[in-house]
Amino acid sequence: MVSALGTNDLPGGPAAPGPIPVLQVSGLTKTYSVGKVGKAKIVRALSDVDLSVAAGEVLGLVGESGSGKTTFARSVAFLERPTAGQVSINGQPMPARPSQRHLREHRSQVQMIFQDPYTSLDPLHKVKYTVSRPLTTFGVVPKHAQPEAVNQLLTEVGLVPPADFLRRYPYQLSGGQRQRVGVARALAARPSLVLADEPTSMLDVSIRLSIMNLLLDLRERQTLSIVFVTHDLAGASYMSDRIAIMYAGHLVEVGPADEVMGEPRHPYTQLLRRAAPDPAAHFSRETHFEARGDPPDLTDLPKGCPFAPRCPQVRAECRTALPEWRQVGPDHKVRCVLY
Amino acid sequence: MTLLEISDLHVGYGWDERHTTTIVRGVNLSVGAGEVVGIAGESGCGKSTLAMAAAGLLDPPGRILSGQVLFEGKDLRDMGREEMRALHLAQISMVFQASMNVLNPMTRIKSQFLDAMKAHGVRSEDEAMTRAKEMFARVKLPERFLDAYPHQLSGGMRQRAVIALSVVLKPKLLFLDEPTTALDVVVQRSIVELLNELRQEFGFGVVFITHDLSLLVEIADRIAIMYAGAIIEEAPAQELYEHPDHPYTIGLMNAFPPVGSVHKRMEGLTGQPPDLSQLPTGCSYHPRCPKFIPGVCDVIDPPEITPIPGHRVVCHLFSQKEASVG
Repeated sequence: MVSALGTNDLPGGPAAPGPIPVLQVSGLTKTYSVGKVGKAKIVRALSDVDLSVAAGEVLGLVGESGSGKTTFARSVAFLERPTAGQVSINGQPMPARPSQRHLREHRSQVQMIFQDPYTSLDPLHKVKYTVSRPLTTFGVVPKHAQPEAVNQLLTEVGLVPPADFLRRYPYQLSGGQRQRVGVARALAARPSLVLADEPTSMLDVSIRLSIMNLLLDLRERQTLSIVFVTHDLAGASYMSDRIAIMYAGHLVEVGPADEVMGEPRHPYTQLLRRAAPDPAAHFSRETHFEARGDPPDLTDLPKGCPFAPRCPQVRAECRTALPEWRQVGPDHKVRCVLY
Repeated sequence: MTLLEISDLHVGYGWDERHTTTIVRGVNLSVGAGEVVGIAGESGCGKSTLAMAAAGLLDPPGRILSGQVLFEGKDLRDMGREEMRALHLAQISMVFQASMNVLNPMTRIKSQFLDAMKAHGVRSEDEAMTRAKEMFARVKLPERFLDAYPHQLSGGMRQRAVIALSVVLKPKLLFLDEPTTALDVVVQRSIVELLNELRQEFGFGVVFITHDLSLLVEIADRIAIMYAGAIIEEAPAQELYEHPDHPYTIGLMNAFPPVGSVHKRMEGLTGQPPDLSQLPTGCSYHPRCPKFIPGVCDVIDPPEITPIPGHRVVCHLFSQKEASVG
C-alpha cells in the first residue's frame, strides 16, 4: 500500500504553510570515523534526520544512550559540524562552511544547557563572569547595563537575591544551583532556541522537577523554544508539547506528547513505554516485559529499519529498505510499515 | 526467624566521640526470607550508610554507634573478621550502582568468578567454571563473555555480570544500592525483571535502595522512606502507593512525573535536605513541610503512629488526628 501522506515536504513539523519554525532541520547526518587509518570504520551517529520546532514549543527528543540524541543537539548548535543536511534558524539556513561571523550569529540564537553541571561551568570563574560573558560576546546589552542584566538573569532562574551568588565560584554552589547558572548563561544570549541535553539526569530527585518547572516558566515568559533531550520518557511527557523518538541515529516517531505517550505507534516507542516504571499500571494489570537484543552497532547498521532485528512485529520488507514516514494523525507520524 | 533484623540502629562517621556525625538515627527494619524491602530517599539521607552498616561492610571512620543488626539471629558486631569474610558473598551480597568500578579492569571476568568461589571453598576449578557458566546462562549473557575484560561489555551487560557474580554462591540476602540508576530505561527494566526471576528461583531476601520511588513501588514488597537518617514511613508497597501519609512521602512521590502525565503541573519537593550535623529541632522535615504546625513540629519529636497494621508513620499530623478521634 502506498500512502499518499507518506512523504511530506515538511517532515516533523506542522503543515507547510504557516509561521516559520524556529528550528528546521532536514537530512541531518553526522558520521565519525573511528579506528586506524586504512582500517577506519564509519560510525553513523545521525542518519538523515528531519525535524522542526515551532516558536514557543517544547520538543522532547527521547532515546537510549547511543541513539544520537546528544549528537543531534550538538550538531544543531554547530558544536559538531554536520556531515550532511541543513539546519535553519528562523528560516535562515546555516551554510555548510560557516564563517566565524555565521557561527556567532547562530549561537546568539541557539544555546545549550549541558547534562553535567559539575563540568560545564568553568571552576576558575565566578558566577558573575560566567553569566556576563555571553552578554559581551553577543553584544546583548551595552557594558554599563551589564550588572543590571546579570541580576535580572539570576533572578529569572531563581538565584535570589542575586547579590548572594554573583561572587561565588561553582564549588560553592549545589548541583541544582549550578544548573540554574547554566540556564542563566544560556538565556543571557537571548536565544530563540535552547537545546537542553539531559539537564536533570545528574541532579537529585528533589531538584529535577524544579529545573523542569523553571524551563517551562521561562518558555511561558519569553516564548522560548526548547529541545528537551532525555532518555526519561516520564520527564519528556511532563515537559513536551511534541515528542520525537530516536533509535540508532534515526527518528522513528514524532507526534503530540499525549498521543505518543497514550498510544505509541512504533514498536520501539511501545518498548520504551512498557519499560518505564508505571506504578498505576503495575497494580492494575500483570505486565511481562521482554526486551530482545541490544541496539545495533552504529558502524554496521542493518540495511532496512534499524529496529528490525529486535522488533516483535518484523516483516520481510523491514529488512530490505528503510520504511517511509506514515502519517497516523494530523501531526503524528511514524516510520514503520505497520501503518 | 527473620533474615535480617535491624533494631534502633545508630551509625555515624568520626574517629572519636566528640567529632562524630550521626548519619543513621534509630532505624528499625526487618527483612524476611525471599522478601524485597525497598529504601527510598534523597541523596544524603543515609540510605547507603544504612545498607553498608547492615551488610557489615562499614569501614572506619564509619561505625555503629548503638543498636543491633542481626543476620539470622546473630549480631554482626559479635563477628570476627574471618567470620565476616566467610559471610560476605556467600550469605550476604551486594550490588552497587557503578558496576564498572566493581569489576577489576585488569583481569578477565572468568577469573573474578573463580577467585570469588575459591575464596569461599569451591576447590575444583572445573566445578567453579561450570557454576560460572550456569550463572551466565541464567542472566542471559553469552558464555564467551566470561573470557572478556570488563571494558568489552556494555553497561547493561556489566551489570548483569556483576549480578551473576553476586549471586553465584547463592546468598540469602542481597543488597542492591541503586543498581539501575546509571542504565537506560529498557536495560533498567530488563535488569529488574532478571532480579525478580532470580529471587523467585533462589529465594533470597533483597534490600533495594533507590531514589526512584516509582520503580520501587513496582518491585518491592515493602517500602521504607528515609529522611535525614531516620525511617519516617514504612508500609507494604501498594498501601504506600495508594495511601501515603507522611508529607515527605507525598512530596517524594510527586517529585517524579508519572509516565504519560502530559501538561499537568507538579510541584514535588521544595527546599534542601538538612545538614545531618545540625538537624532541625522536633521533626527534621518541618522546615520543608507544607503541613508544618508551628509550636508542635518544630518543638516536639514526632511519635510513631500505626494507622493500620504493617503501616507506620512518624508524624504529628496523625497523632493529632488520633487524639481528636479518641
